[in-house]
Amino acid sequence: MVDNVIAVRDIGKAFAGVQALDGITLEIAPGEIHCLAGENGSGKSTLIKVMSGVHAPDTGTIELNGKTFSKLSPIEAISNGVQVIYQDFSVFPNLTVMENLALNAELAAHRTFVSWKRMRAVAEEAIAKINFTIDLDEKVGQLSVAQKQLVAISRALMSDAKLIIMDEPTTALTKREVDALFAIILDLKARGIATLFVSHKLDEVFEISERFTIIRNGKSVITCLPEELDHATFSHHMTGREFDDDHFVPEHVSEEPILETRGLGVDGAFADVDLTLRKGEILGITGLLGSGRTELALSLFGSKPADSGKILINGEVVEVGSVRAAIAHGIGYVPEDRLTEGLFLERSISSNIVISEIDSFVSKFGALDQRKADAEGQRWVDELKIATPNPANPVNTLSGGNQQRIVLAKWLATHPKILILNGPTVGVDIGSKHDIHRILRTLASEGLGVIIISDDIPEVIQNCNRVMAMNAGRIVAEIDPRTTTESELAELMSKDPSTIDGKG
Amino acid sequence: MSALTTLTPLRDRLTRDPHVTRLAVILVLLLTFFMLVKTKNFFGIATWQSMAVQFPEFGLMALGVMLTMIIGGIDLSVVGVANMTAIGSATLMMSIAPTGSDSPQGYLAVVAAIAFSLIVGAIAGAFNGFLIAKVKIPAILVTLGTFELFTGIAVIITGGKPASGLPAQYGEIMAQRVFGIIPMPLIIFILATVVIALIMYKTAFGTKLYMLGSNETAAQFSGLKTDNLIIRTYMTSGIYAAAAGLVMLANYNSAKADYGSTYTLLAVLIVVLGGVNPNGGSGRLSGVILAVVVLQVLSSLLNTFPNISNFYRPLIWGGVLLLVIVVNQWTKKNRLSRLFGVKGNKS
Repeated sequence: MVDNVIAVRDIGKAFAGVQALDGITLEIAPGEIHCLAGENGSGKSTLIKVMSGVHAPDTGTIELNGKTFSKLSPIEAISNGVQVIYQDFSVFPNLTVMENLALNAELAAHRTFVSWKRMRAVAEEAIAKINFTIDLDEKVGQLSVAQKQLVAISRALMSDAKLIIMDEPTTALTKREVDALFAIILDLKARGIATLFVSHKLDEVFEISERFTIIRNGKSVITCLPEELDHATFSHHMTGREFDDDHFVPEHVSEEPILETRGLGVDGAFADVDLTLRKGEILGITGLLGSGRTELALSLFGSKPADSGKILINGEVVEVGSVRAAIAHGIGYVPEDRLTEGLFLERSISSNIVISEIDSFVSKFGALDQRKADAEGQRWVDELKIATPNPANPVNTLSGGNQQRIVLAKWLATHPKILILNGPTVGVDIGSKHDIHRILRTLASEGLGVIIISDDIPEVIQNCNRVMAMNAGRIVAEIDPRTTTESELAELMSKDPSTIDGKG
Repeated sequence: MSALTTLTPLRDRLTRDPHVTRLAVILVLLLTFFMLVKTKNFFGIATWQSMAVQFPEFGLMALGVMLTMIIGGIDLSVVGVANMTAIGSATLMMSIAPTGSDSPQGYLAVVAAIAFSLIVGAIAGAFNGFLIAKVKIPAILVTLGTFELFTGIAVIITGGKPASGLPAQYGEIMAQRVFGIIPMPLIIFILATVVIALIMYKTAFGTKLYMLGSNETAAQFSGLKTDNLIIRTYMTSGIYAAAAGLVMLANYNSAKADYGSTYTLLAVLIVVLGGVNPNGGSGRLSGVILAVVVLQVLSSLLNTFPNISNFYRPLIWGGVLLLVIVVNQWTKKNRLSRLFGVKGNKS
């Protein structure tokens, strides 16, 4: 038995009373490719942060290089060979590749003067390690996502890493880029460097991993070899539910579309998007990060007005040049990132809910009827079962699922006819996720037109009656979720853009 | 039920807002100290009257700065606006009612000058707001630039000399003592406070300001006219600065481009001391008003010690400002420990 690179034992960590991690144990052997899987909100990120020294655990120990720590500092983690590549890569976009690679070493050496020649040599050595060719003088902000990731990996390898933790590394990659990444991971393995691969994408996980640890609600569910699992048991371990094939079937779909686009495009983001949405439908739009899905949503909502094409509402061409225009046309938008785009965190729950309709509580003398506004807030808190003792509490006292309900409530309060949701259940616990899906189905059955934009494939397959796949700024296919499997849809999303350009 | 609901918010307000509580305690301590050490001054009505004449100058500016900081901005141009509008209205008054005019002419000049000053203040503020909202320049840069711009205009109008020789009616109105004791500037300040309280707590505009300061992107995504809100906020700040200019014009009986040069810092200090989050989104009017009073009492107290020279004043204000910011960070849990303890950086 070889000594582990890292072993965490019985780790517990609570945030503001919420138990994010509860008795997690995880061991990684040298050169092992270990997969950490779990749904959003299961505690994956927290565990990574404990292993890299960002968070101190409340209970448990961390063993590194034969030493036992009750908590790590980031410096200790790095000096013991733990490197994390975060989803945002933590690279400096305004610096060149060379500076990104060599600055750490320069700084660590406590040199007073910078030698560009030495930095270049260091950087060249770093990229050579993973046979990666790139212009060292390019600004990192100009690189593609995959290239940024390679820069981050090269940088991680410079400091004699023994374990590289990759947090959802494939989220924004095309299939070919994923293959290239896997080749690098295998190469690292050959050199005895272990990888902790964090993902919830089944296919990838099975392709690369040698061992799994699945966590759910902060607890380890199982650690096992890939042979012991199939897709169904894997999903079951992740979600704790048996997968029911409960597809959404719309009750009444209107004859006439409520929303149509013709040849819609935003320069540099997406082009030639034709879609139709009828009352009572839930239309799914799925695609990878950078496929243009978010830009499409923003242009329908007037925040990034289209450069070409037309938007029709109830059969009439309308100008959606601003968010206010979109709202006036009855469009609501639940944004991708509720924390930065959806919520006013330090303001009260009820003011968050009523903000979009606040002008309707103003008397003709210009005075705001606070009592009426609070009553409206309370009504939605009851309606959507938002768990709070008092709607006057600030939003940041709530969990992710309840926060998302507030964003939803804000839009439902404006009585929209079309509701666009971008990643409606990102970072939301399973219970709330389920509830939000049920709310959306109810809304559709009440005659709302709903669009779900999401890269959570099971989510769109289960909750939409039609799904469009976006890839490299185009709609590449429209599928019937009842007859399409998750992997078929994933294939459509992640095909290399060069092979589908011809089809346009 | 009704007795309960009226009581609870009051108690909530006292306990929930630590800044207000802290300021109230500081004020009581300060007043006790004042009473014990300078008993004679403390019980003289003249002390309080002179305070009430002086603090509206920077108090009015602070109210405007408060609104801009609630939306996450700042207004460093208030002193520039005050001096420019004061000089403009002094010039206007003297041209309508030159020395030797009769009193109706004088009153007309006063009314015209007040209206002129508030309008110019609004325009100057709207100009700030336009640059911030539409041209998308950070507020701190815009208002630092327009401070110089407005001061420059003031210097050019007067050639750098004080503008004096105002119609007697202006001083007469502003030197009124309502009920024989309350000085006019205090009345103006109270009126201004009531107006701003109504704006902040009784209009949709006020609620929107807090939301905008809390999260500008979410405000846009919620359909708020953010540009318009920003421009109106800076406009209000400009109007309040112009009102401060009118008070200064009366107190000095003249206007000059470099009056009140320490007030910029003082106004910012008051707002931060009053518990407004410099990043926007929170803060209460009651805290800011208390902070105005605390600083005026502190200032008057310092005045009663002849051996503490005025030269020390900027040093004291700067020290207090930094201390307040540090204490505020401290009370937000872990902020300070992060500074001294483990650095929680990524990668």
